[in-house]
Amino acid sequence: MTKVTILQFPGTNCEYDTQYAFERLGAKTEILWHKADKLPEDTSLLVIAGGFSYGDYLRSGAIARFSPVMKAVEIYAKAGGKVLGICNGFQVLTEARLLPGALKRNEHLHFLSKHHHLKVINNGNDFLKNLSVGDVVNIPIAHHDGNYFIDADGLKDLEDNNQILLRYTDADGNIQNPNGSVDSIAGICNKQKNIFGLMPHPERAMETILGSDDGVAMLQGFLKA
Amino acid sequence: MIKAIVNISLKAGVLDSQGKAVHHALESLHFKDVRDVRVGKQIVLQLDCDDKKVALAEVTKMCEDLLANTVIEDYDIELV
Repeated sequence: MTKVTILQFPGTNCEYDTQYAFERLGAKTEILWHKADKLPEDTSLLVIAGGFSYGDYLRSGAIARFSPVMKAVEIYAKAGGKVLGICNGFQVLTEARLLPGALKRNEHLHFLSKHHHLKVINNGNDFLKNLSVGDVVNIPIAHHDGNYFIDADGLKDLEDNNQILLRYTDADGNIQNPNGSVDSIAGICNKQKNIFGLMPHPERAMETILGSDDGVAMLQGFLKA
Repeated sequence: MIKAIVNISLKAGVLDSQGKAVHHALESLHFKDVRDVRVGKQIVLQLDCDDKKVALAEVTKMCEDLLANTVIEDYDIELV
């Protein structure tokens, strides 16, 4: 059975949504406080949930990165363990240098909170394997610092290694960039394709009655058959 | 005791949206000769240390590890 461990820092606020989403898909879950110095041994996916860890002080994710649990996360990730960072979790992963690039203040300085369309760019990974390249999904975004930055060499690396997961688009799949991200990037993974980060919230897209259930196919990719 | 003043700003070439917004606001206040605005932050540290060389090495490491994100930010350190 898939065991999803969800990290909780002071200021995390999406851990229960994330727990709900994965339990709905049939996974076992555990919320882990950031003071833990090791991960539960049966962890098959580690999620760094969204929120405002440490009040976004200094930079989003900058302080959380030094929480005791992050040493265990680094060891787990470097051994090939699967890690998913959603929103603030993505920021934590870039600050920890487990994913390349950085998240800056949104270009127009607004906090964005709305549904946004995303296009699947690469699906040769666990996260998006249930979707096809070119599929457009509708997923909520809710961030102030979601403006992904990477330099030209880094961007080329991402492209060459199929590390770009999702781009912001309109409903027809045409690029529509809400926050100024380089190349309209909404989510990436590492070269080894076991560490994933994205600003949108698939865990908030689990019910059609709440606007979209497009998150189901995404999160399901992490579940053992 | 040494006081270290750390100035952190976005690297040249990284778009500074806040700087741009402040620039527009200054223009609308009729300050017409502003060519560019960059918004950064300043961190002031009081160190229990009397050796400037040691202090500089220590604060440099602080910047690299935590105070700045060198993917997008530059820092400079002034010791007083």
